[in-house]
Amino acid sequence: MRKMRRKGLASMAVQTAETSTNRTDGTVDLGPAAALSCRECGHRVPLGPVFACEECFGPLEIAYDFSDHDTEELRKRIEAGPANIWRYAPLLPVPADVATKPNINPGWTKLVKADNLARELGVTGGLYVKDDSGNPTHSFKDRVVAQAIEAARAFGFTTLSCSSTGNLAGAVGAAAARAGFRSCVFIPHDLEQGKVVMAAVYGGELVGIEGNYDDVNRFCSELIGDPAGEGWGFVNVNLRPYYAEGSKTLAYEICEQLGWQLPDQLVVPIASGSQLTKIDKGLKELIELGLVEDKPYKIFGAQAEGCSPVSTAFKAGHDVVRPQKPNTIAKSLAIGNPADGPYVLDIARRTGGAVEDVTDEQVVDAIKLLARTEGIFAETAGGVTVGVTKKLIENGVLDPSLTTVVLNTGDGLKTLDAVAGTGLTATIRPNLDSFREAGLA
Amino acid sequence: MSVTVRIPTILRTYTGGKAEVSADGANLGEVISDLEKNHTGIAARVLDDQGKLRRFVNVYVNDDDVRFEQGLETATPDGAGVSIIPAVAGG
Repeated sequence: MRKMRRKGLASMAVQTAETSTNRTDGTVDLGPAAALSCRECGHRVPLGPVFACEECFGPLEIAYDFSDHDTEELRKRIEAGPANIWRYAPLLPVPADVATKPNINPGWTKLVKADNLARELGVTGGLYVKDDSGNPTHSFKDRVVAQAIEAARAFGFTTLSCSSTGNLAGAVGAAAARAGFRSCVFIPHDLEQGKVVMAAVYGGELVGIEGNYDDVNRFCSELIGDPAGEGWGFVNVNLRPYYAEGSKTLAYEICEQLGWQLPDQLVVPIASGSQLTKIDKGLKELIELGLVEDKPYKIFGAQAEGCSPVSTAFKAGHDVVRPQKPNTIAKSLAIGNPADGPYVLDIARRTGGAVEDVTDEQVVDAIKLLARTEGIFAETAGGVTVGVTKKLIENGVLDPSLTTVVLNTGDGLKTLDAVAGTGLTATIRPNLDSFREAGLA
Repeated sequence: MSVTVRIPTILRTYTGGKAEVSADGANLGEVISDLEKNHTGIAARVLDDQGKLRRFVNVYVNDDDVRFEQGLETATPDGAGVSIIPAVAGG
């Protein structure tokens, strides 16, 4: 039985619903979350709806108290938990009774062993697709929004909002509907129709902004500082430290589904870069907690060529990411000024990975490749990761003899336009002669 | 050139809680210097030790991100709006 160095987790087991939102001393109860800490300078502040360091503007992230618990007991507790992200509640900034609250309960999506795709790509070490299209609103965003909902509850917000490239807008709309919040979300005015419908259907307010995602994001950041935005919880702005932690659950699930083992290589899409950094954080936590055996792993970042600020910086050997004006069909990744870009560079270099990009044409080809080989219809972001995986193998950067996990973060039904040229094989009369004449027999 | 500078919440301790203040300067660098005269300490929050914009600060002159323009040399015409915004949002 392995004991951890610090104290805290053990006490969570005795938490009750009565103490789950706020503690008797007035501080919020978000489980093992102890404080907010600046990733740049280490400045610590109490848990609250703040996201940037008052000292250096660096990103605030959750500092945990994970100590004094038994590793095997934690493993058993996780394995006996619900088939969603709350099985990992002891490792997340949520109260211990989170599973009893109205939430969309995402996660525990399939880790598909992609043998057909592996044969096509020449991967011999085991290739897996973590298919997050299986979440309630069909993208990984449900994971992060589920965290933000709990933080919004703890801080007393009544309106949920976000800047979104589409998937997040739908996830916020759905989660707000389930949890009883008002929602008002902001998107670029020219998003794919599928994403607009999937965001609007939940009944919240959906506002198109005349500009690209970075313009939307800027607007939301300004609204937070204005009286008009008072009482609003922007999941990816003032609740971002909590929201971002949801991406750790991808790392937890992948390792648990691999039999509590680290994969050798992961290929992760990059929009803001938050998901990739939190997957790395999740893997490191599992090692620290003793839930997986420590061994090297490599993280590869994937972008579309038409919005590749991080890939460009990586290839140039820079540690600063120069913003770009996005122009790609992969709109869910079209963030020209990625907040976590510098950290993605750090992680790719630290782990021995890389950051690569593919053209829109390669994205479409990769969507079709994944669909044809594995029966998985990915949105454009999934085309980016599969396309980059193929390119990295062809370039000798990704080792095909090692266990590799590729993320598909959303459903292809959201980006039908990308494969609009795909259609009927033939149109025939309803008789057998016509069928034979078409060469279909 | 007089401009209006929008101050993010985390810097309002330097402006007495004001969300907007006026400042003078022909370019962004001069505007920040003028801000520092009236709100001591604010420049060190926005600029790093080398006097460059911190990497997690976005500054806009009207609707233009100064990183796409001339950085601290970006012109600030009379009546322009300058916004200082934490960069760690979104995604």
